[in-house]
Amino acid sequence: MAINKTRLYKQHIEHNAKMVDFSGWNMPINYGSQINEHKIVRSSAGIFDVSHMTVFDLFGSEQEAFLRKLLPNDIGKIINNQKGLYSPLLDESGGILDDLIVYNMGNNFRIISNCATSAQNHEWFIKQSSKFDVAVSFNEDVSIIAVQGPESVKKLNKIGFNDINNLSNFDIKCDASVMIAKTGYTGEEGFEIIVNNSEVISLWKKLIDVGASPIGLGARDTLRLEAGLNLYGVDMDQTNNPYESNLSWTIDLNDTDRDFIGKKALSLIDKNISKELKGVILKERSILRSGQVISHENGTGEILSGTFSPTLGYSIGMARLDKGHNNKGKVQIRNKEFNIEIISLPFLRKGKIKV
Amino acid sequence: MNEIPGDLKFKKSHEWVRVETDGSVTIGISDHAQNLLGDIVFVELPEIGAQMSTEDEVAIVESVKAASDVYSPISGEIIEVNEVLLDNPEIINESPYHEGWFYKLQPSDSEEINELLSPEQYGDICEE
Repeated sequence: MAINKTRLYKQHIEHNAKMVDFSGWNMPINYGSQINEHKIVRSSAGIFDVSHMTVFDLFGSEQEAFLRKLLPNDIGKIINNQKGLYSPLLDESGGILDDLIVYNMGNNFRIISNCATSAQNHEWFIKQSSKFDVAVSFNEDVSIIAVQGPESVKKLNKIGFNDINNLSNFDIKCDASVMIAKTGYTGEEGFEIIVNNSEVISLWKKLIDVGASPIGLGARDTLRLEAGLNLYGVDMDQTNNPYESNLSWTIDLNDTDRDFIGKKALSLIDKNISKELKGVILKERSILRSGQVISHENGTGEILSGTFSPTLGYSIGMARLDKGHNNKGKVQIRNKEFNIEIISLPFLRKGKIKV
Repeated sequence: MNEIPGDLKFKKSHEWVRVETDGSVTIGISDHAQNLLGDIVFVELPEIGAQMSTEDEVAIVESVKAASDVYSPISGEIIEVNEVLLDNPEIINESPYHEGWFYKLQPSDSEEINELLSPEQYGDICEE
């Protein structure tokens, strides 16, 4: 498979990025120190090239009906607002195919989803839209920069984005060449800006000139884990349903007349006995990693994401486990057993420690 | 980039060895290795008095990214460990060849030292 490069590849090299293969994309993992980059986003403002994410644009007269069938979260909630909505994408048996944000841009809808699943999603959208007057087009003409951190508004104001200060979470603003969304994957205040490929280098340079620091995908991963946000392919996949993935809140059953893909299968799940996804804290000296086995007084579980939390100074992770743990358990790491605390996510939100 | 000191010997698996004047050896991991690992956040060191054979797992080093085993490049008895690393593992990133040493060992077979790579040989391997 050919390795894709974003339009910002040269900028990354100039900033001494360590580049890695990331699902077929050559992306910056860090620009020197992942921990420093993590702390910059928590304290000031960082910029991320996330142009590897996939952008789909919808066309046609039945976009609303199609999306209400496609997604378990109900875009009826954003039908009158220019706004984004987070939703998992489910198969008929309720398994998670991906997670995404769908944006109501006024005249049409846009979906942004993960890069590893892009071909599979495209096929799925085409298949599922066949009964609707809807076309789904893979948009390769745009790039995405995320601006994240408590000073992100200030940095964007300095380069001429002046109408963003009153946006609420998931609100968007768009014109012909740029869409700016108050979204992100760090748990800090921030924005994701989708621009035409021809304009992305100039936007990146302007942000650097006002003091925003480039941040690699390594820090993006530790930031999102502290914020309790799932990573598709690690914390959930097609073998998991939303109830055991901390995503019950995305299953919108308010409109009882609405059918959506996976609805029937989800209705058959006994939520009292299904597993749950929780945060795990290890304060003793070791590091939680994917695949480690957990035990507690009423069952077992497994670590999904796991790493060292730069903000908290100890190891944190996510785990899928049996209920009845009473917030305590043990984890097995290389033949040794350590005590863990089991918590409700997130660990951290907007600079505030929640644990 | 940390310069490779000329008095070091290397193992292909990225450990370095310095022979001290009293015949003991000091062992750590290379600049290339710390750079591959990224920010180091945890290290587990061997017990003093433990007997090591070459290629035994002697330590564990974990970065934000992953856990890696460190293999003893030389056989012998552990006589000292760098306890400063336990609370300040980032020293391995900052100074892999000096303050970031892992442990000292009394070699049981000095022949093994002659089989190690020179800095030039090791440098060539890293560039491959």
